[in-house]
Amino acid sequence: MNVDAKKMHQIEIQEYQNLVDGIKPKPDILKNCIWAFLVGGMICGLAQLMVNYLLALGMSRIDAGSAVSCIMIFLAAFFTGIGIYDELGKRAGAGSIVPITGFANAIVASAMEYKREGYIFGVGARIFSVAGPTLVFGFAVAVLVGLIKVFLSS
Amino acid sequence: MPAYKKRGSQTVVFEDTPVITSWASIVGPKEGQGPWGGDFDQVLADYMFGEKTWEKAEKKMLQEAINLALNKRDLQVDDAELILAGDLLNQTVSANYAARELARPFLGLYGACSTMAETLLVGAMLVDGKFFNRLISATCSHHYAASRQYRFPTEQGTQPTPSTQWTATAAGAVVLEWAGVGPRVTSATIGQVVDLGQTDVADMGSAMAPAAAHTLKTHFEDLQRLPDYYDLIVTGDLARVGMAIAEQLFIRDGLVPRPNYSDCGVLLYDEKQDVDAGGCGCGCAAAMLCGPLLKKMLAGEINKLLLVATGALMSPTMSFQGESIPGIAHAVAIEN
Amino acid sequence: MTPLYMAFLGGGVLCLIGQLIMDLTKANITPGHILVGYISTGAVLSGLGLYQPLVDAVGAGATIPLSGFGHLLVQGTLRAVESDGLLGAFSGGVEAAAAGITCAIVFGYVAAVLFNPKD
Repeated sequence: MNVDAKKMHQIEIQEYQNLVDGIKPKPDILKNCIWAFLVGGMICGLAQLMVNYLLALGMSRIDAGSAVSCIMIFLAAFFTGIGIYDELGKRAGAGSIVPITGFANAIVASAMEYKREGYIFGVGARIFSVAGPTLVFGFAVAVLVGLIKVFLSS
Repeated sequence: MPAYKKRGSQTVVFEDTPVITSWASIVGPKEGQGPWGGDFDQVLADYMFGEKTWEKAEKKMLQEAINLALNKRDLQVDDAELILAGDLLNQTVSANYAARELARPFLGLYGACSTMAETLLVGAMLVDGKFFNRLISATCSHHYAASRQYRFPTEQGTQPTPSTQWTATAAGAVVLEWAGVGPRVTSATIGQVVDLGQTDVADMGSAMAPAAAHTLKTHFEDLQRLPDYYDLIVTGDLARVGMAIAEQLFIRDGLVPRPNYSDCGVLLYDEKQDVDAGGCGCGCAAAMLCGPLLKKMLAGEINKLLLVATGALMSPTMSFQGESIPGIAHAVAIEN
Repeated sequence: MTPLYMAFLGGGVLCLIGQLIMDLTKANITPGHILVGYISTGAVLSGLGLYQPLVDAVGAGATIPLSGFGHLLVQGTLRAVESDGLLGAFSGGVEAAAAGITCAIVFGYVAAVLFNPKD
C-alpha cells in the first residue's frame, strides 16, 4: 500500500468506527451497576456476618479472616459446580467477579471445563488459566513492597 | 477459452447449474425451540447427542446430517464422491473426524461462519467443472465447544454485552449433483477478506458487516443485477447489531436492503431466547439454509435466494497480539 | 466489630467500580483483567498504607473483594520483613495467603472431579 492508500484506509476505518459507535447498543449501565452493587454488597455482607460470628467465638481477627475466605471459596466452588454461579454472573457482572468468590469461580470453572482433556494437562494445567495471572501480579507487587521496606529500613 | 465462467472481478456463473437434490439439518435444543424448530430434520434433546464431549457431539451432528441428506434420496455414503466440510474448531476437528468415519474423499475448508457458502460454491464449481457427479457440502457448529475455545469456560460467571452472539448448535448438509430435481446453484461471488479495524471480541457482527457489504456490492456489479432480482437476500450470522450496520452500508453502496433482506442470526432465534444480539456459528447459516430456506424454495415461496454467509476470521491468539478481526463473506445464488 | 451494613456498602461500592470499568471502557475487559487489576491495585494501596483504613471502616467489604487479597499479600510480606528481613519479602506473601490459595486449588480440583460443566 502506498502512503495515500494507507491514509484512505485509515479514514475508512475511522468512518466505519463512527458508524459502529452510532448503532452498537450500549450496555444498560444503570441496571448493571445496581446488580453489581447489590450482589457484591450481599457477598461481602455474608462474609462479614461470618467474621462477626467467629470473632464472637473468640477467634483472632487474622484467623477469622482466613477462615471466612476459605468458606467463601468453598461456597463459590460449590455453586460453580452445580451450575448456578455462571447464571448469577450473567446478571451481576463485576458484583460476582470482584469478590474472592469470583476468583474461586474462575479457578473452578477452568478446572471443570478441561476435565475431558485429562486430570494432569486438563484440570491440573488449566486450573490456573485465570488465577495464574492474578497471583503473578499479586505476588510481584507484594515482593516489590517487601523489598522497598527492606531497603528503607536498612 | 480461458475463464469464460467468470464475471466481473469476483463472481462465477455456472453453466450446467448444479442441483441441490437433497439436504438435511440437525439442531440443538435451543434452536429447536426457536421460530423454525419444526423445519429442521432433527432437534436434539440435549447438547451431548449421546457422546462424552461437546466436540464429539459436534462431529456426530455433522456426520448424521450428511447421512441424513444422503438417505433422503436413498443414497449411501459410498455414493458421495467427495465431501467438502469445515467447522469452527481448531484444526477443523469436527469435519476431519466426521470424514474419518465416513471414509470418503474429503477436502476440509475453513471460512469460519461463512463455511456453508464456501463449501457450496467450491462444490458447485467442481460439479459444473465435470470433476464430480455427486458431492456433499456441509458444516456444523456447537455452542459449548465453540464457547470454551473462543470465549470462557462454560461455568465461569461472565457478563454478555448487547452485541454478544450465541453460537448455534447446528449442522447442515446438502447433496450437490450435476443432474436431478431441486433448486439450482446458478452463480457465486467469492468474497475477499475485509478488515475495518474492529477489535471487540464480543462483537462479531460489526467485524463481518463490511465484508458482507463488499461481497454483495461486488455481486450486483459483476452480474449487473439489482437487489430486487432476488426474492430473499440473507446474510449468514451478522445478528441484530451487524445487520443494522450492514443495512447502513448497503444504503451507502446504493443497494436497497428492504424488504427482501434478512439475516440468519436474527431469524434463527426468538428475541426472548436470551441470545443477546442473535445467533452465529457455521451452523447458523447452514441450518437456516438446509431447513426453512430450502424448504420454502421447494414449496415455491422463494424462487431466487442469495445466501451471503459471513465469517469472522477471529483468532484469540491474534487478538491477544493486538490484531483486529478480519471478516469474509461469500455469496451463493440459488434459484428454482 | 464492623456492622453488616458497612460491609455491604463497602463491598457494593468496590464491585460497582468494577462494573463501571467493564461498561465504560472499550470492550475486551475480561474477568481476568478485572481480577488482576483489583489484586494489583489493592496491593499497591496497601503498600502505601491506604488500604488498612478502608478495612478498618468496612471490614469484609474491603477484605473479600480481590483487592483485599492483594492487601493480605502485602501485609503478610511486611510483617515477615519485620521479623525475617530480606527473606521475609519472598516468603511473607504466600504465607499469609496460603489458606486461600490452597483452598481454591483443592476445591477447584474436587469440583472438577465431582461435577461436569452443564449445558
